[in-house]
Amino acid sequence: MYDMEPIIEFKDYSFQYRSQKEPTIHGIDLSIFPGEKILIAGPSGSGKSTLAHTINALIPCSYPGKSQGSLTVAGLNPEKEGVFGMSKHVGTVLQDTNGQFIGLTVAEDLAFALENENIPQDKIFEKVDEVAEIVDMKDFLKHSPSALSGGQKQRVSMGGVLVDDVEILLFDEPLANLDPATGKRTIALIDEIMQRRDLTVIIIEHRLEDVLYRNVDRIVVVNDGTIIADEKPDELLSGDVLIEQGIREPLYISAIRHAGMRVKPEDGPKNIGDMNIEPYRQAVRNWFQSVKKREPAEKKDPVLTVKDLSFAYDPKEPVLNDINLEITRGEMVSIVGRNGAGKSTFASLICGFYKPVSGEILLNGKDISPLSTKERGEKIGFVMQSPGQMISKPMIREEVGLGLTVRGVPKEEVDRRVDETLRICGLYPYRNWPVSALSFGQKKRVTIASILIMEPEIMILDEPTAGQDYRRYTDIMEFLKKLNEELGLTIIMITHDMHLMLEYTDRAIVLTDHRILKDDTPANILTNEEIADKAYLKKTSLYDLAVKCGIEDPSEFAERFIEFERDEKGSDSWAG
Amino acid sequence: MGRMISYMEKDTVVHRLSGFTKLLFFIIWCIAGALTYDTRVLVVMLFMGAVIYLVSKTEWKQVSAVFKAIIVFMILNLVFIFFFSPYEGCRIYGSTTPTGLNIGSIVVTREQLFYELNVMMKYFTVIPAVFIFLTTTDPSEFAASLNMVGVPYTFAYSVAIALRYIPDVQDDFTRIKNAQEARGIEMSGKAGITDRIKRIASIIFPLLFSTMDRIDVVSDAMELRGFGKKKKRTWYSYRALSLSDKCVITFIVLFFAAAMVFTFYDGNRFWYPWV
Repeated sequence: MYDMEPIIEFKDYSFQYRSQKEPTIHGIDLSIFPGEKILIAGPSGSGKSTLAHTINALIPCSYPGKSQGSLTVAGLNPEKEGVFGMSKHVGTVLQDTNGQFIGLTVAEDLAFALENENIPQDKIFEKVDEVAEIVDMKDFLKHSPSALSGGQKQRVSMGGVLVDDVEILLFDEPLANLDPATGKRTIALIDEIMQRRDLTVIIIEHRLEDVLYRNVDRIVVVNDGTIIADEKPDELLSGDVLIEQGIREPLYISAIRHAGMRVKPEDGPKNIGDMNIEPYRQAVRNWFQSVKKREPAEKKDPVLTVKDLSFAYDPKEPVLNDINLEITRGEMVSIVGRNGAGKSTFASLICGFYKPVSGEILLNGKDISPLSTKERGEKIGFVMQSPGQMISKPMIREEVGLGLTVRGVPKEEVDRRVDETLRICGLYPYRNWPVSALSFGQKKRVTIASILIMEPEIMILDEPTAGQDYRRYTDIMEFLKKLNEELGLTIIMITHDMHLMLEYTDRAIVLTDHRILKDDTPANILTNEEIADKAYLKKTSLYDLAVKCGIEDPSEFAERFIEFERDEKGSDSWAG
Repeated sequence: MGRMISYMEKDTVVHRLSGFTKLLFFIIWCIAGALTYDTRVLVVMLFMGAVIYLVSKTEWKQVSAVFKAIIVFMILNLVFIFFFSPYEGCRIYGSTTPTGLNIGSIVVTREQLFYELNVMMKYFTVIPAVFIFLTTTDPSEFAASLNMVGVPYTFAYSVAIALRYIPDVQDDFTRIKNAQEARGIEMSGKAGITDRIKRIASIIFPLLFSTMDRIDVVSDAMELRGFGKKKKRTWYSYRALSLSDKCVITFIVLFFAAAMVFTFYDGNRFWYPWV
């Protein structure tokens, strides 16, 4: 296929933002050919987004700076054509599916680009219908964005760029805000669209395993502003590049590595379904036998008990129905389920933001319904998804001490406890810094510290790792694990990250259709097809590997795999 | 907290009218209501307003909160007129008829009471018009209409886009407020007024930053899809004027002319039955 002209060609290209001293990307040589599907992967801050946004001309037109070398996209120079010029050739789907929904209804959002082209209304109607058909949103044309799920919004975003007859589709972390099952469908839809139209597709994503659910022609690994690898998936997965660059490799590849084998490109490792497992089968089985079994944790006292809890805004439409559960002191629990299943509502009820319609919540056996939000906050801390939503003070010390200051704790006491908390959170060296000088992960720690200082018994975190790359994910989660182990803090996490639930929690509560569908170990849930489907989760690839290797208990296999990785991480994580 | 006085899709005569017609009707109606002090005209408008309100199937719960706020404001307004300008009615109508009631040193006159009755009626003619306009006009169709009457589309579109993102910002606000309250930053009446103002800052800053992030995403998304590229744009939701639109426009223009003639034919916009 490479005898044609590339549709995108970087030649010794570099770009430096006006506000930066060093080029963010440099020495880029990359050719992408018509009809290819390319995955660009790299950790946060690697330059992968900068690279992508040079293609649609947002860089340098909206984010000014200086470029060197040459870049040709569809025979044009993006810098000269500008964002408008390139929008006829490159369709961009941004990460924030809600933010980029501009119209008040699906139809209007699909029509947006056409309206801006001043196309007559009857033509717009025709085109909108056609595109709505492609992205399967025909029945939703009159719906407003608030009535759509994340996956549906993303379909609309795709439709919105397909109305222009673009040649290139660019996806900026399309899976970041989606539950696993919806993410899988998105990847399938991209494939379908490629078959219906002659398109070149570029996907920027660090969730490699999820993208590889369908065929990808090449994976380009970016780090430190330059291209580290540009290989076929089978080859890339057989090497060490991913591990070296801090990108998570598919779990089945890790398992084979743990078994002491190296996968070979000719066995087709990019997809566990098609992979030739024979050469590795025995090694994996032996490894499975050798890994020690996990000790069941001893049962402690319940710290939180929820009895017959129900909630509804409108009596006809229950949001939560008859929730019963008990959380033991020192547990790390994940609450999972598709968007809209009631996970956030559940947390809001526990924190006292909403009042339940019926049922009770007991903390250490005592009913907490008479307590105000503030009083509950001293016992049950709540950490929001984005640090920006919580931080309100310019300096770290003030922010962390805020909860005590407003409670009238004397200044010396506040200072003492701030120091202590900052030490626990590894923020002590930065204690006199402004919050704005911190990295994302450090800000996240500040928000956790500002809750921790009140010495709560339970901490609830909403999507603690959403949109984070593997390194930051590990950083945040190891920190939470440390708090859990050393302080005995009970941690409840709302998430749709399967890795998180599998690797860091001993128990997952699955909410579906307003009730608890299953309350079990993550390994059991993620190896149970029926439950995983209903909860919009995805079966883990460890399950497929276990089955292919003839291991009878895939759930036990997943369990031991996690145990093995935990031991490994425990030995080296705090060094890095 | 629901979304107050926002557009709700229904199938009524009023909903089917173009946004342009409703805007024109609304403006002319308000001008008429503001200009006339002729009680007879106001009574007719009051009656018409009530009929249109019923026909438009506007629900009480959509508007009740705002309605109550306006009523409070109106009562304040009437009380202030009474105390600060107690003989305004006498000056306007050129006569003084004491009712025999005195409040402090103020003599309550029939002219003053009648004048204030008229002010109140003016409120009641304009209020339903505002509600009906807002609850029956699809914002994007309205933006299209604005653009059609010559308002630049960048400005017209900003109306629609604001309406699109207001609910998102409201949600952000609630989420941030909840989390800050859990940290102990009380927003409710328990805290003193200066404390409350200081604490509101702890919501405003996070809200401001999250809103700015939102604006960044939206402006990138709009630019990537060619917004502002051309001098003109078309509108998916534009509706051409139908026969009923034309009838309504003709009617409101004629009504306005008639109301004005009726109000001003004696050279005075005030009408007083006891002359």
